[in-house]
Amino acid sequence: MTDAKPYLEVEDANQTVSVQDGGRFGAQRFGLAPAGAMDRLALAGANALVGAKPDAAAVEIGLLPARFSAREGAVRVALYGAEREARVGDKPVPVGCTVRLQEGESLSVKAARGGVFTYLAVEGGLLGEPVFGSLSVHMRAFLGSPYPRPLRAGDRLTVGCAARPGPERRLDPPPAATGPIRVVLGPQDDYFDRANIARFLESEWRVSPTSDRMGYRLDGPKLDHARGANVVSDGIPFGAIQIPGNGLPLVLLADRGTTGGYPKIAVIAGADLGRFAQTQTGGRVRFAAVGIDAAQDAARDFAALIDGLPGRVKTLAAGDWSSEALLGLNMAGSALSALDSETWHGKS
Amino acid sequence: MNIPEKFRILPCGDAALSVEFGDTVDPDLNARVLALDAALSAAPPPGFREAIPTYRSLFVHYDPNAIRFAELARRLKEAAEACRPLAGAQRCWRIPVVYGGEYGWDLADVAKRHDMTPDEVIARHSAPQYRVYMIGFMPGYAYLGGLDPALATSRRDNPRLETPAGAIMIGGVQAGIQCLAAPSGWHILGRTPFRNFHPRRDPVFMIAPGDAVRFHAVPAADWPALEQAAERGEPVAELVTP
Repeated sequence: MTDAKPYLEVEDANQTVSVQDGGRFGAQRFGLAPAGAMDRLALAGANALVGAKPDAAAVEIGLLPARFSAREGAVRVALYGAEREARVGDKPVPVGCTVRLQEGESLSVKAARGGVFTYLAVEGGLLGEPVFGSLSVHMRAFLGSPYPRPLRAGDRLTVGCAARPGPERRLDPPPAATGPIRVVLGPQDDYFDRANIARFLESEWRVSPTSDRMGYRLDGPKLDHARGANVVSDGIPFGAIQIPGNGLPLVLLADRGTTGGYPKIAVIAGADLGRFAQTQTGGRVRFAAVGIDAAQDAARDFAALIDGLPGRVKTLAAGDWSSEALLGLNMAGSALSALDSETWHGKS
Repeated sequence: MNIPEKFRILPCGDAALSVEFGDTVDPDLNARVLALDAALSAAPPPGFREAIPTYRSLFVHYDPNAIRFAELARRLKEAAEACRPLAGAQRCWRIPVVYGGEYGWDLADVAKRHDMTPDEVIARHSAPQYRVYMIGFMPGYAYLGGLDPALATSRRDNPRLETPAGAIMIGGVQAGIQCLAAPSGWHILGRTPFRNFHPRRDPVFMIAPGDAVRFHAVPAADWPALEQAAERGEPVAELVTP
């Protein structure tokens, strides 16, 4: 017998792989942004598969590949979010299923095919020391646990308990959202005339390569300010769309500054934040304005969707996810809050 | 009677709103922001998550599943009308600064622009008691009002891509204390070993919006010891009566 707790060893990772949970709240008044998962629905889906709370910490895997192995015991994990190929040895592991890694086995995850972020949730939970109630990595603030930075090879993610043998599970994916990304205009839409607001709403935007967890820059037609490009700094929510002096939108995301001084033409509806964040570099985005009531209705539906995820988890019969039967279950590609941009952005 | 002054409440997406008291940098306006902030922490409305006091507005994050915008706006309007601006700062931080040289890259240049000696810039910068208008943008970055107008210096034409943690800066009529290395277009007069943000210290943050700040010059020879003390989690700055 050994007292050692099982852990996941990181065998391969990169700057886009980090531990994230529902975010760090209560210190925005001190300039500390919440960080947290870029796609909360995908995080919640991965957590539902391993029986964890929707906002529990998981490994956020960005566009690029990563590999993890189980040490000091078996570890059960689940992947959910952006569609990608994953394998244990030569066995494929579908996104949207659990898999029990025997001690020494590796899960290797390829680059995302559609979308950006896939969450690797762990049965028994990731252990760490929360700061302001969260393990989320905030890169610029050197915060996060167990490592205050993106993961790299050799890192150890200690797991709450070893995984018992038993049937695997899959998530019956909720219907994928489609259509333009909904926004609520303001708070500084009065810094733009009608023609420029129309241009913002009617144009197709492309996610620029200089985008990260802090924010996505969008390429498209330049917008003109009617009253200058500076406001006295005020607060910045997740999904705020700033228009700086160059006229191109900058959408502020999980690792944003808490305050800023450029006019915000609109803010993305909470229900569509994950879908927006899942847009790959070069992907196309359109926006549609909705009223505050409609956005808050959507927020309630979205919360209900997250609450309903555990009810969508199905236990697989004696076989496992690699069985032929499962491959007929219409799994691949449907499990996302964001599919590839072609399928969920309205085409012009 | 305190006649309620005008303000407006703007939705900022579906989970935040801004109670905007004006659009200028003004201590009276900021005092009203802080008064509402204090009222909300004392009696948080349903769905309240957290608030960010800024120069001219109180930014409120809330849970739209617990309360609707219209209802929260109604409650905040009542609260804003009922609360009185707070008295002056309750506490003042006395912060050590090594001015000039490798610590204050722009001290000589700022002195030259204003036709002063570097010592005169230091004297003018360390004379006033500053008001902490807000902490924002980056963790622990303190935006200060109260700079001697004779030191007002427009921002650099070419912002630097990296400026050091602890930089003591001025930009336009504002002054600032930077906590983490970051890009900046402000002028660096000196550097403090004090860390407003230290993840392994209790408390993690020290300066709060509404506090007062004073600077005092320390010799460069003191830097290594002060920096080590700050790294260990010692405050380095002291609290004095405002």
